[in-house]
Amino acid sequence: MSISEPERWLEEHGSALYSFAFLHVRDGHRAEDLVQETLLAALKARERFQGNASLRTWLTGILKHKIMDEFRRQSREAPTPNSPEDAWDAAEARRVAENFTDSGRWSQPLTNWGDSEQDFSRDQFWSLIEQCLAALSPRMARLFVLRELWEMETEEVCKEMAITPTNLWTTLHRARLGMRQCLEKNLYA
Amino acid sequence: MLTCKDASRLISEGQDRKLSQREKIGLRLHLWMCDSCRLFEKQVSHLRQALRRGWSGGDLPTDKQLPEEAQERIRKVLKEHSNDDSNSST
Repeated sequence: MSISEPERWLEEHGSALYSFAFLHVRDGHRAEDLVQETLLAALKARERFQGNASLRTWLTGILKHKIMDEFRRQSREAPTPNSPEDAWDAAEARRVAENFTDSGRWSQPLTNWGDSEQDFSRDQFWSLIEQCLAALSPRMARLFVLRELWEMETEEVCKEMAITPTNLWTTLHRARLGMRQCLEKNLYA
Repeated sequence: MLTCKDASRLISEGQDRKLSQREKIGLRLHLWMCDSCRLFEKQVSHLRQALRRGWSGGDLPTDKQLPEEAQERIRKVLKEHSNDDSNSST
């Protein structure tokens, strides 16, 4: 193996890994650290790379493990009163409440999205998703990502994130309301 | 009678768990009369499909550039570690 091989990984896949990490941790510095940790882990484990998988897929797999570790850690940090997370939750609850009138009806008419999703590119799609995820609280975004992007079963999400099913369902309901509102505002308005 | 708020909760939870017979009937009745909740139901599944298609299709995000300084820093770290590695193995 030539010494420059990991450097080539960095050159060819660094930005893709960074984009992926950023979508999950919403912080540029943290995303950079994750890219570094991923490439170091890959360097250590490079004998285990099976040439039949694509290198990008292999590296992304390592990064996913790192992200999961981070999510576990974040979800186990006890929420303190008046923490940023706490303020997010309050704002989130308010925003959800705004979706409905006092009598429980939709406060705004919903749009028929039809088949218009083909009209935008991959990068446009992901930057929009990222923008809408960023408007959710970190906790809500985490759970939404695990469920809707990583396609984890609800039981598994509950176990990994140490929450009850009811808590997860409630949070996902809010997250979906938030995501649809954001998408509708930015895409279909 | 379900409100739209209740119905939206059931529509969402239906993506994550099996609804009871009673919940299903209540929801179906509501959807039958409510255009907005039918749209919400479509949007929720639309969102799921779009995300999964983008994700599983390997169309992962590539919209960001790793900043130049970070790339330089990581390159150095990788170099150090590659050297450690080749020293120890020879």
